[in-house]
Amino acid sequence: MIRFENVSKWYPGGVADAVDNLSLFINEGEICVLVGSSGCGKTTTMKMINKLIEPSSGTIYLDGQNIETLDTLTLRLNIGYIIQEIGLFPHMTVAENVATIPVELGWKPLRIKARVEELLDLVDLDPRLFGRKKPRELNASQKLRVGIARALAANPMIMLMDEPFGALDPVARTRMQDEFLTIHQKIHKTIVLVTHDIDEAIRMGDRIAVMRNGRVLQFDTPREILSHPADPFVSELIGDRKALKLMNLISCAQLMHDVSEFRQTWNRDFKAGGTLPGASTIGMQATAQDALAEMFRTGERFLFVEDDSHQVQGVIELDDLFKSVSQGDDARKQ
Amino acid sequence: MRANSDDAGYAVSLCRIVLLAVIGILLCVAVVEHPQDRLVAQLVSYHRVLVLLGQHLSIVASASALAILTAVPAGVLLTRPRFRAWTPRLIGLARIGQAVPGLAVIALSVGLLGVGTMTAILAMGLCSLLPILNNTLTGINAVDPALLAAAHGMGVAPRHVLTRVELPLALAMIMAGIRSAVTINIGAAVLAAFVGGGGLGELIITGNTISRVQVMVLGAALPMLMALAADAVFDMIDHGMKL
Repeated sequence: MIRFENVSKWYPGGVADAVDNLSLFINEGEICVLVGSSGCGKTTTMKMINKLIEPSSGTIYLDGQNIETLDTLTLRLNIGYIIQEIGLFPHMTVAENVATIPVELGWKPLRIKARVEELLDLVDLDPRLFGRKKPRELNASQKLRVGIARALAANPMIMLMDEPFGALDPVARTRMQDEFLTIHQKIHKTIVLVTHDIDEAIRMGDRIAVMRNGRVLQFDTPREILSHPADPFVSELIGDRKALKLMNLISCAQLMHDVSEFRQTWNRDFKAGGTLPGASTIGMQATAQDALAEMFRTGERFLFVEDDSHQVQGVIELDDLFKSVSQGDDARKQ
Repeated sequence: MRANSDDAGYAVSLCRIVLLAVIGILLCVAVVEHPQDRLVAQLVSYHRVLVLLGQHLSIVASASALAILTAVPAGVLLTRPRFRAWTPRLIGLARIGQAVPGLAVIALSVGLLGVGTMTAILAMGLCSLLPILNNTLTGINAVDPALLAAAHGMGVAPRHVLTRVELPLALAMIMAGIRSAVTINIGAAVLAAFVGGGGLGELIITGNTISRVQVMVLGAALPMLMALAADAVFDMIDHGMKL
């Protein structure tokens, strides 16, 4: 979808290159997170996609087309863009803000109205309640929702997001990250997200590019990055509690094994449904970290995994949790 | 609630204008109907006051229009990226320029252009251009750069960034500049009479020549009332913009 080929950016008088011979391929429909400390070139890299910054050398392809051959405005109209400040226009209502690009494209008023309502619904804002409000009447999460709706208005192929959750407090941030992932499930855009927060990257990214001094140190799935950091700097960025962070990425459905084996080894009184009386259960979507917390709460070394209709699908033992992180992916592959 | 209080503000401004007009009319009636002596009766009539009032208004309107039509486009041009780095310095220059007395500019213009209405209009247009230019520059310069980054990044065409984002946000500031320009012009238009441009200043000259305070007061009071009324008109425009 988006391909960087040997892209560099240097500024006259700059000591080092802002972006140094970067090659990257971002797949359609994935969330690609560019992460690194400030000055690592992540924002520069992102801004080269919508031509806010021109690369000094190298080429960027979008769907196989060299972006230099594309008209700047047309290109930008096909790319949703959200900056950290969101930048809602204070003199316009929420509805007018969302309609920015449709108006620019000259859509008919009725079509714009319908699209605005559809988008506000998508970001979970009641169009009748919020449509006429001014941005100053909104809180930070609501502003972000409007910003997302505005960026999606013309149904772009790609969305660029520059620290979009930066202005939120930690609680609101986690909630908006989850909500954004839900929205992404519905819209399936190719998303490039820039952040300095490695936890956000792990949470949001399908793949993460860890950047430093204009270079990509590692470009891989969050799980690979956590289990096999390619570089001391990557390890340092991930920080402590690597195993716990990794457990957050593994679902119980992946870890559980058959109850019958478990029944033989333990030889205790099983109920008809397959569980032990009074044993605790956990959902399939829960993470290994949730399972660990639950075992520590109950003091048992095992846990049954249920599907949505409370049918037991399998069991997880403490050993499974150990194996899942202490040897990473390798143990399970074998 | 807000709409109501704006409606009230609108009504108050309207009352102010009517009140000022009534005071003006009463003053004219007092001087014309009860002249001090025959000399005043000869020189001041309803017709003369109306003609001078009309001249005064047209001088103010022409000078203000001239100032608006040059200062706003100039302000827009000087805030484009090409000149953006210069904007703060230009604002400083515009502010210094405002300290030059209007009388001096009018007097200098006579030297260059001779006497007449056009001279007065050009000189006043030049003087009142600066507050509008200053406010246009300041207003556009004050627009949050994040908004421009968002607009440009989303693909809004540069001319639409100007018309849809920058100008609407700077409008209140530009209107404030136009307001002070018009107020300055109403006062300065009195000077037009001294360069043969007509206007209510004629009454002051007449009153001074024949030493009749009555006439001078009329010539000074009418522009003052006009300035206050203009202020009320701008209040109404402000209320209208907020609705």
